[in-house]
Amino acid sequence: MSSSNQPCFSEKRLAEIETLVKRYPSAKSALMPVLYMAQEDFGYLTMETQQMIAGVLGLKIMEVREVVTFYTMFKEQPHGKYLLEVCTNASCMLNGADELYAQMKETLGIGPGEITEDGLFSIAEVECAGACAGAPVVQVNNMYHENATAESMGALITRVRAGEAI
Amino acid sequence: MISSDPTQVTRICFDNIEVEDMHKLEVAKKHGAYAFLPNVLKDFDADKIIDEVKTSGLRGRGGAGFPTGLKWSFVPRNTGKPTYLLCNADEGEPGTFKDRDIMRFDPHLLIEGMIMSGFALGVKDAYIYIRGEFLHEYNVMCAAIDEAYAANLLGENILGSDFSMNLVMHRGAGAYICGEETALIESLEGKAGRPRFKPPFPAVEGFYGCPTVVNNVETLATVPAILEYGGAWHAAIGKPNNTGCKIFSVSGHVNKPGNYEVPMGTTLRDLIENYCGGLQHGDVPKVVIPGGSSTPWLLGEHYDVPLTYDDIMKAGSFLGSGAIIVMDETADLVAVTRRLAHFYAHESCGQCTPCREGTGWVERIMNRLDAGQGTEEDVKVLFDASTHMAGRTICALAEGAAAPTLSLLKFFPKDVQAKLVEKSS
Repeated sequence: MSSSNQPCFSEKRLAEIETLVKRYPSAKSALMPVLYMAQEDFGYLTMETQQMIAGVLGLKIMEVREVVTFYTMFKEQPHGKYLLEVCTNASCMLNGADELYAQMKETLGIGPGEITEDGLFSIAEVECAGACAGAPVVQVNNMYHENATAESMGALITRVRAGEAI
Repeated sequence: MISSDPTQVTRICFDNIEVEDMHKLEVAKKHGAYAFLPNVLKDFDADKIIDEVKTSGLRGRGGAGFPTGLKWSFVPRNTGKPTYLLCNADEGEPGTFKDRDIMRFDPHLLIEGMIMSGFALGVKDAYIYIRGEFLHEYNVMCAAIDEAYAANLLGENILGSDFSMNLVMHRGAGAYICGEETALIESLEGKAGRPRFKPPFPAVEGFYGCPTVVNNVETLATVPAILEYGGAWHAAIGKPNNTGCKIFSVSGHVNKPGNYEVPMGTTLRDLIENYCGGLQHGDVPKVVIPGGSSTPWLLGEHYDVPLTYDDIMKAGSFLGSGAIIVMDETADLVAVTRRLAHFYAHESCGQCTPCREGTGWVERIMNRLDAGQGTEEDVKVLFDASTHMAGRTICALAEGAAAPTLSLLKFFPKDVQAKLVEKSS
């Protein structure tokens, strides 16, 4: 294994982490924010990235693994450039989320855990997004799209495929 | 502008919710933000603040409804350890979306509430634990906190006083259980969010073993008005033992779903018909989940229940976080219960066997029932599993998980029967 392939935070990131750690009584509290930084920088959390983070924060690898595997927003697998997360919990379900999710999967031609061939999309069913007045809710890379419909999501997918900003 | 006459008060936390750019300090200040803070820092002390909050009758708005002033009074003083204030902004209970609006539209109200509460509790470091999905709200809060630091409303010697407090935003990462206060503390310590056995309670041994108060966003956002207008003023709003106003997040089969803050004691019918534009179908709801998905169901016959902790408890449920999910006659209750069963099985942290295994059993049986493959035996096991997991675990997740299935079986046995493979005679 060549060391050049090892994930590594930039100097700027390391300085940010140094500041971050000081906000807590113990460096361990900085683990979740640092995991988010790593996802932002590297896309998802490989074992090598997790080992690197353990080193940076002075934690055991198991302490990092426990957190990464417990929380759904930490990803160990790659996903498309746009992750479409459809809430299907009660309030969204009462407003047609199951049908919406089915139609979106059909439009994209993929199921959960898959990536479209162009690398643009992944889709997942998620738990209550806490925006039930706008049910059904779809999160597109953490941006909330409320009162989503098959048409509005279809249009969004078309725009992304055409290379437009959303 | 909140009226100093309690009989005229209809909203507290949402008083400025529609004001454009209220998230900016300059605009917030024009609408009274931080105006009373210098008085609190100068003329109040810990005992006076805690007394006012006790007098106000304020009960925790996150779900448990525990008296806030009493919770604060449990914090031991002069322990030689720091005391921490944690704001629970995890807002994960299905149907709840009120704290999101406070944070994205009026972040300075929450910050001001935390400064005053922190001052009362002798806090040096305070944290807001916000659910990971609320990235926009996180960014709005961070910007507001930066503005507050720049204006000496946070940090060292706030507004020239002896009081110094830091405030840090911290994102969760998609675990419902972290809304439980001891799980939240575990999570903030950089661990998996598994609830702790109590006692010791967080007030004595919380964040890193130090005295810790965990309060909901709406609770903390109510504190500035209580201190400015007085505990007695707040106690005169709403109903005895159920004082003040409450934000209700209404969703499901209503024409205008949304957040509505009303005085405690407003009836469910009034809220749905006069605020939420009425039901999508029919004159009375089939089912109302009054306090988030983990609270037992109310029925059409409860349509005139006053929305207070006590009245809803008398009707057989809980006010919880004030998340009202309305289902009209078109709702497929077996399907909704199946969906909620999936949620709880997914969100069980797994440390207590009755919950870890029980939620799995309930989900698998609900899947069969909803698919038309269930049997009479399944119904018996479903009841058994649901009744046996509640009250046998460290936290209340199992009890919440049992609520939808037990309500379904109790109130709508015919809906269940209709989907069985072998119908009973």
